[in-house]
Amino acid sequence: MRRLAARSSSASQELEVIAPSKLAIDNVSKSFQSASGTVLALDHVSLQVDEGEFVCLVGASGCGKTTLLNIIAGLEKPDSGNVLADGKPITSPGRDRLVMFQEPALFPWLDVFGNVLFGLKLKPNLTNKDRRDVAKYYLELVGLTRFERANIHELSGGMKQRVALARALAPNPRVLLMDEPFAALDALTREQLYGDLQRIWEERKKTIVFVTHNVREAACLGERVLLFSPHPGRIQEEFAVDLPRPRDINSVDLAGYATKIIRSLRKFSEERREDGR
Amino acid sequence: MKRFLSAALFFVVLLFLWQAFFRAKIWSPVLLPSPLQVANYLKGAIEDGTLGHATVITMRRLLIGYFIGIVVGLPLGLLIARWNLLRDTLGTTALGLQTLPSVCWVPLALLWFGQTEAAMLFVVVMGTLWSVIIATETGVRNVPPIYRRAALTMGSKRLHIWLKVILPASLPFIVSGMKQGWAFAWRSLMAAEIFVTILTGFGLGQLLHYGRELSAMDQVIAIMLVIVVIGLLADKIFFSPIEKFLHRRWGTSQA
Repeated sequence: MRRLAARSSSASQELEVIAPSKLAIDNVSKSFQSASGTVLALDHVSLQVDEGEFVCLVGASGCGKTTLLNIIAGLEKPDSGNVLADGKPITSPGRDRLVMFQEPALFPWLDVFGNVLFGLKLKPNLTNKDRRDVAKYYLELVGLTRFERANIHELSGGMKQRVALARALAPNPRVLLMDEPFAALDALTREQLYGDLQRIWEERKKTIVFVTHNVREAACLGERVLLFSPHPGRIQEEFAVDLPRPRDINSVDLAGYATKIIRSLRKFSEERREDGR
Repeated sequence: MKRFLSAALFFVVLLFLWQAFFRAKIWSPVLLPSPLQVANYLKGAIEDGTLGHATVITMRRLLIGYFIGIVVGLPLGLLIARWNLLRDTLGTTALGLQTLPSVCWVPLALLWFGQTEAAMLFVVVMGTLWSVIIATETGVRNVPPIYRRAALTMGSKRLHIWLKVILPASLPFIVSGMKQGWAFAWRSLMAAEIFVTILTGFGLGQLLHYGRELSAMDQVIAIMLVIVVIGLLADKIFFSPIEKFLHRRWGTSQA
């Protein structure tokens, strides 16, 4: 790890790479009431995520993938089924599982540094100096050291998501849950962030569940890509992406995987149309 | 500097116009004193301490009442935003009373508290309180839910969320509510002081009132000027920096 010598021992301890979590989602169902009746967002979904695995959930919007993410985060409760993190049931949000949303959700009343510090301040057993050291480390990790005193509105969309990533990483969670975090960014910025995220994942060893509707993005980032189908929300198919890292979103090999996933996605929606559903 | 000069020029022209009207003798000099007469009164009132004394008394009433209004109004606003029952009851009450010009509390305050400082404070509190409550509640309800969710995942809970997320997120609304409360309180206190003589202290409003009784227009206009200047100073010294900070942080305008 970089520059550890300058830090106090407790800050170094806080920055240690900790063991990522194993997630077990077992038979989870969840439905919502909407104007057009009951929507079954998740229909008996089961899924295992290994320690330190990078899993991508892909599917059309409204297929329940965000709902699943929220359930893992503890922000929503399933109607039935169990969700376990390291064998313990998830009942509420907790900082061992941090979420990155599609909007950066940064706090405008704090500057960049204050935002990264927010989660750290909720961790007891750290001195303020430790917290500052840790926050500085993660701002360096996402390449924003120069902007630590900037106001949120002064940042570009990509920089905001980098701050959000630093904020999510700072309390050293075991799991990182990402809900289409790059969807609102331009292609160039996105490609940079793909590289950053892969590097950080290898450096910090997190279990990552990444939700997206972008198949290429999923193939680029995930070790495993799970294809969701909507109404009712189910996991339809699973793909292992066996490519060396860092992966380039524009590489030919990657395009091969993406094509395979898209074909399956298309086949499924055609079958569905024929069924008249 | 250029902006300062043009502003200064504006006020010089204003004074000049005033003097010109005085010279033209359209109105009797009793009704329209010259700028010099007003300045003379001000000089005298400052030298014999009348003005300083009255200002201190008025500001004390205002600041204490305003402070009470905020200290009571802010938590009430938060509570109203939190519980629907309170919103339907106290919230509606606050909304209704906010539309009531706070001068209307003066007769009631007099009957309840008599000609005392308490009556003055009551009027100021009534001017501040409802605006602060309504603004706080509106502010809280305009906080994007995602802030709350983000804070929850970082381990923030009940009271911490309210103090560290909801409250700061509603600050732009709360500050504009405080500003409105200040304006209401200031107006109603002046009205109360003009209406009612309180023996425990003569405020600016009372000086204005006696100016009228004695047909001393120089006094009336001088006190009006003082009131205007205090209002301006409150804005420049207190509210303006806060608003500038909020604009800079939130990026809402290029002030």
